[in-house]
Amino acid sequence: MNRLACAAVVAAMLLAACAGPKETVVLLPNPGGQDTAVTVTQGTRQVVLAQPYAGARLGPNGAEAFPSNAQQVRAQYGPALAAQPLPPAQFTLFFVEGKDEFTDESKRIVDSVFAEIAKRPIADVIVIGHTDTVGNDAANDALSRQRAEVVRAAFAARGLASDKVVTIGRGKRELAVSTGDGVAEPRNRRVEILVR
Amino acid sequence: MTWICSRRRGRALLVAMAGLWLFDAAQADVGQIKVATGQVSVERKGQSLPGRVGLVLESEDVLRTGADGAVGITMRDNSLLSAGPNSILTLEHFEFDPTTSDGRFDARLRRGTLAVVSGRIAKKSPQAMTVRTPSAVLGVRGTEFVVSVDE
Repeated sequence: MNRLACAAVVAAMLLAACAGPKETVVLLPNPGGQDTAVTVTQGTRQVVLAQPYAGARLGPNGAEAFPSNAQQVRAQYGPALAAQPLPPAQFTLFFVEGKDEFTDESKRIVDSVFAEIAKRPIADVIVIGHTDTVGNDAANDALSRQRAEVVRAAFAARGLASDKVVTIGRGKRELAVSTGDGVAEPRNRRVEILVR
Repeated sequence: MTWICSRRRGRALLVAMAGLWLFDAAQADVGQIKVATGQVSVERKGQSLPGRVGLVLESEDVLRTGADGAVGITMRDNSLLSAGPNSILTLEHFEFDPTTSDGRFDARLRRGTLAVVSGRIAKKSPQAMTVRTPSAVLGVRGTEFVVSVDE
């Protein structure tokens, strides 16, 4: 009888172990290399995951830390990871001073933009025009919009539907290289292109 | 005098609340489905839409995947969320200012598996993005993680 009770207790413990965690969180390595962390808060208790493959199982008794690894993550999250969209790709085209013409080098970058668009089943493209600080706000706002529109037109000429492209002009508000007012700076005369 | 003050304060609060409501209602384009395999649907205001590649998402949308389903979305702040089979993912709240990167993103995983790459909102402010599970709140200080909820 005693033995039976013992077996029942062991069986119950095994079952509980097999039932496994209801919720799991695992921090993945960060290819960008910046600081990365996830905080897991349950009521007043908090666990911080800050190392690659640090995991937390969340049960009724709070979060319990555990080390995970690449194989475990692949086994449990394979389909979710396989469905991850391509990360947005960013490009910068530079312009001739005071004009809406790209520099020759930038014409080659357009090829890379199209290669990136071709990789995606559905791409949306955001084109943001900027100027240097020569001229007043109104003129620069207009020029930055014009630069973005020139890029849209160049893309349309290569077969990218205009309704897939959003254009924005930011004038001289967001300089790539900070300068005083009235400074001709080639690195600020640019259009940023985001392919998502 | 106290009465006038409090009434004024009440009115200011009402105006502020109306403003918040309008701001929320304006968040019509928060992201897009970029990847969809198997059975995927999006529940919006009581209706169920097929979760096809290209569908533009709104705040409060609920994404569901079937036993063979998976879905990947890109949010306007460049966050990437992807869910595996038998998942229910809600985009509870999303607001984003593309100029300043200020905003707020709260998602909820009720069931299934989810992979997350955080975007500009979490990069700008580590308190501004959360993923909730039935029992916990995950604060996203940056980049990539996975989370699962078994029923």
